[in-house]
Amino acid sequence: MTGPLSRTAAIVGAAETDRIGKLPDMSRLALHAEAAKNALADAGLKLSDVDGLFTCVAGPNELSEYLNFVPRYVDGTSVGGCSYMIFVRHAVAAIAAGYCDVALVVHGESGRSWIDMEPQGTAASPAGQFELPFGVAAAPTTYSIPVLRHFHQYGTTKRQMSHVPAATREWALLNPRALMHSAGRITPEDVEASPMVCYPFNKLDCCLVADGGGALVITSAERARDLPTRPIHILGTGEATAHRQIAMMRDFTTSDATVLSGRQAFAEAGLSPADIDHLMLYDAFSFTPMMFLEDLGFVAKGESGSFFSETRRAPDGTTIYKTGPGGDLPVNTNGGGLSYCHSGRYGMFAMLEAVAQLRGTAGERQVQGLATSLVHGPGRQFAAASTVILSNV
Amino acid sequence: MNETKPPYGGALPKPTPETQAFWDGTMAHKLMLPWCTECGKPHFYPRSICPFCLSRELEWREASGRGKLHTYVINSKAAKGFTTVPYVIAVVELDEGPRMMTNIVIDDPTPEKLPIDAAVEVVFDDVTEAVTLAKFRLVQP
Ligand SMILES: [Zn+2]
Repeated sequence: MTGPLSRTAAIVGAAETDRIGKLPDMSRLALHAEAAKNALADAGLKLSDVDGLFTCVAGPNELSEYLNFVPRYVDGTSVGGCSYMIFVRHAVAAIAAGYCDVALVVHGESGRSWIDMEPQGTAASPAGQFELPFGVAAAPTTYSIPVLRHFHQYGTTKRQMSHVPAATREWALLNPRALMHSAGRITPEDVEASPMVCYPFNKLDCCLVADGGGALVITSAERARDLPTRPIHILGTGEATAHRQIAMMRDFTTSDATVLSGRQAFAEAGLSPADIDHLMLYDAFSFTPMMFLEDLGFVAKGESGSFFSETRRAPDGTTIYKTGPGGDLPVNTNGGGLSYCHSGRYGMFAMLEAVAQLRGTAGERQVQGLATSLVHGPGRQFAAASTVILSNV
Repeated sequence: MNETKPPYGGALPKPTPETQAFWDGTMAHKLMLPWCTECGKPHFYPRSICPFCLSRELEWREASGRGKLHTYVINSKAAKGFTTVPYVIAVVELDEGPRMMTNIVIDDPTPEKLPIDAAVEVVFDDVTEAVTLAKFRLVQP
């Protein structure tokens, strides 16, 4: 049983900015514009074909002005890094309702060079009153808060968690665009020997910080047939938001938003975890995909540590992870936020990798025989979540 | 002594109408919680309506100041104004039920010294003349 919106829309354009990494020559808006231009070229469409605009690091007002066009449907949902997966869900609904025909979902962020970016939050907001005064600084101090509770409750270990960045790096070594492409293998010991940032996170438990952008073009399944690229069908989507401040998380070992979002996406797609060939689990930190693997139902609660750390030896003596190249369940095949790039709102990059894998254009890291991919991400620190299930058939 | 103390450089809260009584409480070294007289539950952070039943019938009561160390991190990269690293950012579960973010006041923090669910009690840190933060320390057995 699938939901009524399953397969009603498809991704027909997908592209990144020309470069990612350190781009002090490009503003936040310039990154958006380049990503939009590239994705439209990929789709074989013009800006004048677009009538729906979905964007959040630049607001829809700013971006319609900058690109000089007038969309008739706008969405500026801004709940953190998963906003781009949520936009895919909203675009499906808007297209099905006839509110727009061609949706442009655009991300750009000067996360490293900080050109035309603004700090968030005020001293009078709940976070400004009840979290920031206790020395909460960048994301490593808040994303890390649930981890020791998970360790305590399920016996998960730091060593198990240290395998996540090591497995993810294996993919980056196969991806020439990954910022860590030439940085070499890392072991769990390397992760734990890297500088301490915020216990239990060492530096290599934390994502990269980069400038970059990307965009998707989405249209009806019917119109997609007439366009030049292989359409990537949207089978099911989900979204939820549960809180804003990390200390308000109801249960530090479970993301309520992930559970609800995943349930909606699987129900709409008429699928279960066993049907998923490829996973993009937004890895802001080493622990993040562990929480998602459990809360999406791929493993039982408390079993992600052993799943990510289990390895076998290849004939040539190298280590093969279940989630790495040659493994049973490929996860974060671009190298992830940990080793590919992370702009601050990474969700777009996770979507783009799923599209590349399903199109069969992922080069040396291409996984063979894929039919389905699930993309899942958080917004802020496990506060919001979104899930998108895609297929190439 | 006051003249030699450097000015506090950390983030300071700006109270809103629904939180003012909490911050007045910490100034008086009292941990005040809003209690709902409809459903009988306290909540944190302070809101204009009860987050359990949406009642506006709230009253302030002093909490015991006792709780448990629910989860925490040991931060090595100082936030603005935090001069001593590492320091502990924790979520404490109060005996009354609500959880709050805080700092655990402890010298040379290590995971070994900070078992999850350890008993803690409130201490008040007068960071400026106008702001007192509720922090916690381990209750020595
Ligand atoms: Zn109530």
